[in-house]
Amino acid sequence: MLSTYSYPKFDYRRPAEIGGRAARQIVVVGAGPVGLATAIDLAQLGHSVLLLDDDNTVSVGSRGLCYAKRTLEILDRLGAGQHVMDKGVSWNVGRTFNGSDEVYSFNLSPEPDHERPGMINLQQYYLEEFLLKRANELTNLEIRWQNKVVAVDAHKTGSTITVETADGNYLLDVEWLIVGDGARSGIRRLLGLDIEGRVFQDRFLIADVVMKADFPAERWFWFDPPFHPNQSVLLHREADNVWRIDFQLGWDADPEEEKKPEKVIPRIRAMLGEQHAFDLEWVSVYTFQCRRMKNFRHERVFFVGDAAHQVSPFGARGANSGLQDADNLAWKLMLVINGSAPERLLDTYHEERSYAADENIMNSTRSTDFITPKSAVSKLFRNSVLDLARQHRFARALVNSGRLSVPSFLYHSSLNTPDQEQFSGKMIPGAPMEDAPMVSEGKPGWLLRHIGNTFVLLVYADHQPIAADLIQELQDCRVRGLAVRLFVVAADAKLAAAVGTQARVLIDCKGRFKERYDAVHGTAYLVRPDQHVAARWRTASRERLVAALARATCNSTIRSAPCH
Amino acid sequence: MPLMTEPNFKEFDRPVFREFSPGDDFYEALIAAHEGLSEAQSHEFNAKLVLFLSNHIGDLRVLREAFRLARESVTQP
Repeated sequence: MLSTYSYPKFDYRRPAEIGGRAARQIVVVGAGPVGLATAIDLAQLGHSVLLLDDDNTVSVGSRGLCYAKRTLEILDRLGAGQHVMDKGVSWNVGRTFNGSDEVYSFNLSPEPDHERPGMINLQQYYLEEFLLKRANELTNLEIRWQNKVVAVDAHKTGSTITVETADGNYLLDVEWLIVGDGARSGIRRLLGLDIEGRVFQDRFLIADVVMKADFPAERWFWFDPPFHPNQSVLLHREADNVWRIDFQLGWDADPEEEKKPEKVIPRIRAMLGEQHAFDLEWVSVYTFQCRRMKNFRHERVFFVGDAAHQVSPFGARGANSGLQDADNLAWKLMLVINGSAPERLLDTYHEERSYAADENIMNSTRSTDFITPKSAVSKLFRNSVLDLARQHRFARALVNSGRLSVPSFLYHSSLNTPDQEQFSGKMIPGAPMEDAPMVSEGKPGWLLRHIGNTFVLLVYADHQPIAADLIQELQDCRVRGLAVRLFVVAADAKLAAAVGTQARVLIDCKGRFKERYDAVHGTAYLVRPDQHVAARWRTASRERLVAALARATCNSTIRSAPCH
Repeated sequence: MPLMTEPNFKEFDRPVFREFSPGDDFYEALIAAHEGLSEAQSHEFNAKLVLFLSNHIGDLRVLREAFRLARESVTQP
């Protein structure tokens, strides 16, 4: 088989601790996308991080492929977003076919004025390579390859782990252990923790083929195509002229037999036609499960990504949701370590991310059930929907070939401050922030590029500057030493000039902030380090800000606050 | 009112964050309602469901339009 990618080999170095024992504040296990993202995030926030991986290269073969807008925004914050953009294949349009007819198409990015597209396709090994490049720039992040955790003892104040290497074992006393060692998590097993859910009785063939083809960069999905009757097929473009083709095979298919080139090549030829020459790059047959751990936290051990939850591949909700785990955990851990928040803030990692995992499992299960109906009546409804979708918009909306990864609205998180005033639109407490074009210091840019790593207060000024004493009062607010970064979002440049040097200013040059955040003069948004809305008001005040910041960090002393 | 063929699913008192959610909620509930039934029972279920929903809609002009569209879309042998 051909290879468009040469896998790097990372050097194992003999750890100084061999045969001995040392202490570490933060250890991350697993240098996949999620482990890397968590390690980078924590290192960027100023902590010293040790990342252990039992292998010595990046992800091999066909794995993650589609990275969603939200993931790109997180990667931007981690310093790897632009590399992914430059190498990846950007797409927004998905087409769905039944038989040989197109029944439906969707556009992931119907709204203008967002920096990042709906989705970008890139082989997982490139994503890992770009994250590693960023990780290597951080002097407080150490990566040890071919260091395998073989024993874990977890207790209230930390864990003791045994690490195995070619030169022997060593012990680490770890205060905070983050586990991103994948679906078959060794650490989850070592700790005897359950992961429960549903196994799907179906098999799928992945073929990555190299070819020069003039198909557009779109996601094409077939129900029951003439070249593969009664089963589904998915075609996707990747970087380097590689195309991902995914054939549903059914439960009775023999995986070993189906992987053979003499079996695979005719399938692909039937699909592409004789005119397209192609080479096989990778072939595998997979099955999948939808399941999650009961608790993503165990003492001071935190499970992220596939180690904590798994979904079917329809919807690209695996790596994308894992990156959001990292995004959610890092800032909470930073505040707890720095003494700005009590340890119970870390329970909200499980609260928020298990909610998101359930939503992802629900959506990917629904897609799977639509794509592979489990009963005769389910198939009858599915085919009726596809049939009616040619003509009727209501049926088109029911066609489900994968609801592509979007971030969860954490709208009932205990960290949110409920609205006390009327707002319209989607930016409710718990919402993942929407982007908007902003001019800052004379340069055009984007709102989300200014948000992250700390709490931020955005105050909107429409027809007059915000009172200087209010800005001062808000900037002086502290909750256990924690402050907010304040930006005045000004409706136009003239107003921005009037705000002067009293605060950082962003100019809402296209009015998208006003529109998307339902802002009027004086409207204020408190946003979290992971770019989720924590609270919003029509009028900000010291009392309101302190209460909301305390609530968002579990520092609230109000008895009724549901932080526990 | 003419027969509605635009997406129309909603659940009062429940916020909608993603356009596809109410339709997917409906579809999941529909398939779940059939779970464990034989094909003959599912057929019976569907008939009774049509009767309930027809009575709920009530407007015969709307129902006749729905019967016509459904009939026209039936696959011919």
